[in-house]
Amino acid sequence: MSTPLLELKGVTKAFPGVVANDTIDLSIAEGEIHALLGENGAGKSTLVKIIYGYYSADAGDMSWLGEAVKVSSPAHARQIGIGMVFQHFSLFDALSVRENIELAIAAGKTGDELSEDIIEISTTYGLGLDPERDVFSLSVGERQRVEIVRCLLQSPKLLIMDEPTSVLTPQEADNLFEVLRKLADQGCAVLYISHKLEEIRRLCHHATILRHGKVVAQCDPTKEDTRSLAEMMIGKTLKPPAYELKQTGAEKLVVRNLSRNAETERSISLSDISFDVCEGEIFGIAGVAGNGQTELMEMLSGEILADDDSVISIDGVACGRRGVRARRQLGAAIVPEERLGHGAVGSMSLVENAFLGGHRRFNLTRGLWMNYANARKFAQQTCDDYDVRHAGIQVDAGSLSGGNLQKFLIGREILQEPLVMLASQPTWGVDAGSQLAIHKALLDLAARGTAVLVISQDLDELLELCNRVAVMFAGKLSEPHQVADLSAEKIGLLMGGAELESAKGVANAH
Amino acid sequence: MRIKLVPRQTHSKVMTWMTPVMALVLSLLSGTVMFSLLGYPPLESLYAFFISPISDLYGLSELFIKATPLAIIAVGLAMGFRANVWNIGAEGQFTIGALTGSALVIYFPESDNVLMLPAMLILGVAGGMAWASIPAFLKTRFNTNEILTSLLLVYVAILILSTLVHGPWKDPAGYNFPESVIFQDVATLPIIVPGTRLHFGAIFALLVVATGWVLFSRTLAGFQVRVSGLAPHAARYTGVRSDRMVWYVLLGAGGLAGLAGIIEVAGPIGQVQPLISPGYGFAAIIVAFLGRLHPLGILFASLVLALSYLGGEFVQIKLGLPLGIAGVFQGMLLFFLLSCDVLINYRVEFRRPGTKSSASSA
Amino acid sequence: MAAITTIELVLLTVISAATPLLLAATGELVVERSGVLNLGVEGMMLVGAVSAFIVMLTTGSWALGIVAGAAAGVIMSMLFGVLTLFFLANQVASGLALTLFGIGVSSLLGIPFIGLPIDKLPALDLPLLGDIPILGPLIFGQDFLIYFSVLMIVVVHWFLFRTRSGLILRAVGESHDAAHSIGYSVIKIRFLAVMFGGAMAGLGGAFLSLSYTPMWVEQMTAGRGWIALALVVFATWKPGRVLIGAYLFGSVTILQLHLQGLGVQLPAQILSMLPYLVTILVLVLISRNAARVKLSAPGCLGQIFHPHS
Repeated sequence: MSTPLLELKGVTKAFPGVVANDTIDLSIAEGEIHALLGENGAGKSTLVKIIYGYYSADAGDMSWLGEAVKVSSPAHARQIGIGMVFQHFSLFDALSVRENIELAIAAGKTGDELSEDIIEISTTYGLGLDPERDVFSLSVGERQRVEIVRCLLQSPKLLIMDEPTSVLTPQEADNLFEVLRKLADQGCAVLYISHKLEEIRRLCHHATILRHGKVVAQCDPTKEDTRSLAEMMIGKTLKPPAYELKQTGAEKLVVRNLSRNAETERSISLSDISFDVCEGEIFGIAGVAGNGQTELMEMLSGEILADDDSVISIDGVACGRRGVRARRQLGAAIVPEERLGHGAVGSMSLVENAFLGGHRRFNLTRGLWMNYANARKFAQQTCDDYDVRHAGIQVDAGSLSGGNLQKFLIGREILQEPLVMLASQPTWGVDAGSQLAIHKALLDLAARGTAVLVISQDLDELLELCNRVAVMFAGKLSEPHQVADLSAEKIGLLMGGAELESAKGVANAH
Repeated sequence: MRIKLVPRQTHSKVMTWMTPVMALVLSLLSGTVMFSLLGYPPLESLYAFFISPISDLYGLSELFIKATPLAIIAVGLAMGFRANVWNIGAEGQFTIGALTGSALVIYFPESDNVLMLPAMLILGVAGGMAWASIPAFLKTRFNTNEILTSLLLVYVAILILSTLVHGPWKDPAGYNFPESVIFQDVATLPIIVPGTRLHFGAIFALLVVATGWVLFSRTLAGFQVRVSGLAPHAARYTGVRSDRMVWYVLLGAGGLAGLAGIIEVAGPIGQVQPLISPGYGFAAIIVAFLGRLHPLGILFASLVLALSYLGGEFVQIKLGLPLGIAGVFQGMLLFFLLSCDVLINYRVEFRRPGTKSSASSA
Repeated sequence: MAAITTIELVLLTVISAATPLLLAATGELVVERSGVLNLGVEGMMLVGAVSAFIVMLTTGSWALGIVAGAAAGVIMSMLFGVLTLFFLANQVASGLALTLFGIGVSSLLGIPFIGLPIDKLPALDLPLLGDIPILGPLIFGQDFLIYFSVLMIVVVHWFLFRTRSGLILRAVGESHDAAHSIGYSVIKIRFLAVMFGGAMAGLGGAFLSLSYTPMWVEQMTAGRGWIALALVVFATWKPGRVLIGAYLFGSVTILQLHLQGLGVQLPAQILSMLPYLVTILVLVLISRNAARVKLSAPGCLGQIFHPHS
């Protein structure tokens, strides 16, 4: 067998309190699409950042084309032929596509010459890109293409893709797979990081599976099924919770013809959104990030007020013009998308964070005064009931792991026994254990009669939790569909705006 | 050897209160160097700067007189800084407060109504609030940066003061000096320690500190101010309207600065002059930071800054050193404080190159 | 003939009044484009002014005076740079500290020099060109710093939008995390930008004490540092507009002086408020459109950068 392109031996990297990578071995051949599979927090991102020179390992060796190499910086990595597309793009919104690309390649071509190269490469691989567009005006999929073209311009031998499909519609993802296969055919290896099993089975030639910072398995994913891959990844036999959803009752959250104008060129307008969430129901809103979900959530929670009272009703009371406090009074509980800085204040203790959402229903305040004794009790109860692992309720919320903090926030809201629960991305970036716990908590809550709204990018999550799902695209909401009638593919089409487009076509024809 | 900053998991409460002390020590050390460089015996000069001015009752009372406006202004500013509202124009609000409060005396110079003083204080507060409401209005209505507007309004306020004392408010019997009439007894704050100039304003300062303390640590309003500063989105999430928060903290800070202004003219000065503040509005910014934006800390910090003024005056008289030295000391103190504050959220690690390769990743 | 001289004189004074603002604002523009908000312009200008004056008076060399002004500004800015870039201090507070420190240091250094007269920084001698009527003295009869201030606008524009280094600087100001992840040294680039801002603010101060009013007066900048900061916002971070803004403010300053001279029946102090009030007004007009300011402001302006946070 020929020399591998990249070989790692015993790579170890520790951060305060956690060993992110523990003596990891990895070998990638030229032209191979190699999956790095693992749960959130398994150490995938750390490992690729070491390969890309962003971190340096505490111990271990790396060889490139058979020769020992120590990658000292991302620039060095690019120089020897390693390119990387980050999960969170490292693009500059205010600069044009060409400027963004110029920044990331070694000094050389500029201006029109570079533009020509960009057009050439993007045509070769079917990535339509206009070099003069400003990045803030691009869709998420287009932004990813900028990153890919940026890497390809330097003719890399290895392209690292960190969770590339987490922000794409299934159709966009298919296009991406085509590009990656084309690259592999031409001899460029791809290190593909994901926790999505199905796409790894479809795309990758080889998989390395990480758990808790260690390599636990190597396999050919085409020969496995998603279940066996999942078990390797999670380390125990999976048993998805099977809950019978009760019959749903009266509408508790009613939204009628909700619209909102975009404040800046970079934000999304909402147009004419209507839906109901009933007692005992979990209603899901799917969609690729940046299609107006954040804007919608702000209006539902009352952080941004509507122009008219009638557009939003909670428990039969019109409250479009009433703020967060009034809506909480009516029985709403809110779990926002951002945990730190929105749902919780990182540099405040859990006790103080208990005041943020819960102070009205739990006597945490008496008139103008704060009741710290009750707040401590409430924070303690939240932690106990929802298995929040912490080093005492007086620690800063920011020191909790994502999963634990999210359990705290969900618990804080659920303990208020709300009539309407609004949760945005409830399990984004949390570990599998917390994810299961959060799902169970939401299902239990609905079973007790609460109307639950879940906004999520994770289709599997929505299909598992919800009675009905609607899809957001470009600030519009599709008709809701019974989950029983839906498949991931169908939702995917909606996420790309399919139904809405055809509806528009019909409207125009009249 | 490489020095590396490593983020702490939880911010250090010990360091929060240690760094002001460290900053003071570093400022004193630098002060020693500075005095030597200027050709003065360092230890004697430091003694003359920091010890001599407060070695008797009179000196101590002067210290409290100077600390009074500093503490009052700083409590208001701290409230704003906590909420991330950067009102740096307290000097202007102080000046306008002094003027609106004094207007009563100017237009009723003969009055011996005992309600004169309370009315002056209320007018002073109102004046400071009115002046601070300009940046508040511009910020909330037109999204205009409050740092620049509040600061630019300082120059305008000082020019208004100048217009008045050189024109309509000039004492007709004052030999054409740009000064108002001297305030009558009912318009002057009573002395609380006989034989000194220490006046009733010091009591106000203590009241403001105590009220501020309760407000900060025990009330929902204080909590909301803190949340607004730390995480504006989280504040919105609990139903705090950011516009209103800007109004509250600016009006609060402006009112307190105005109060300090009228206390200063109705107390130690006793009339309206072209210069009524040696930069209290700016020094109070340092007081607020040195006092950790906490009323109790501010109480101590106001004494430190008051001493820097007093010491500056003292070495000017005793050693002929320029008055600017007080400003240098104040600036240095803030510099050292801000640099030491990194220790609140970060640990310092020393690493020898080669022992741990990860040091090269920065 | 007399009318022409008056207009000429007015225009000359407008240029003089605009130049310190132009110098300082150009420097601050580059600093802010790199993502750093240095509110210490006033302090750097003061120390620049006093240093330039002292060195000029003691050495008799204009060139050394100007260099000293710039150098003093750089030293001051480095204090700020160390504080905010290495010790990760809050930029607003550090900028204020710099201004307070600058006021103190300049008054301390300047005590022996208050009221001493020096000659005004002489105009560059451009034979023939300077003899052209009206335009001659206006365009070709100015001193070095005035030419330099205009030249720097061109240079900064070229640097920011035509060079790779300028692109990198803008990128760092737009998103420090992205710039860092590509491998640029955010801190080094910002430190250099801050130093450039210091040099330009120092030169602005030097112009005040060497040319505008050739003497040293305590706090002689009278808020120009703050107006320069406002100018950058007014210019929506574009060099060309800084030029327009600075000359606009120069005009307001001079208008106010001439109104006093023309016997307008208002106390001098009221007229002196004009530049500050106009600055506020202009800030309001620009900021009113929140979306526009958001789009043109550097994305990371004023944010602390720590590579591993």
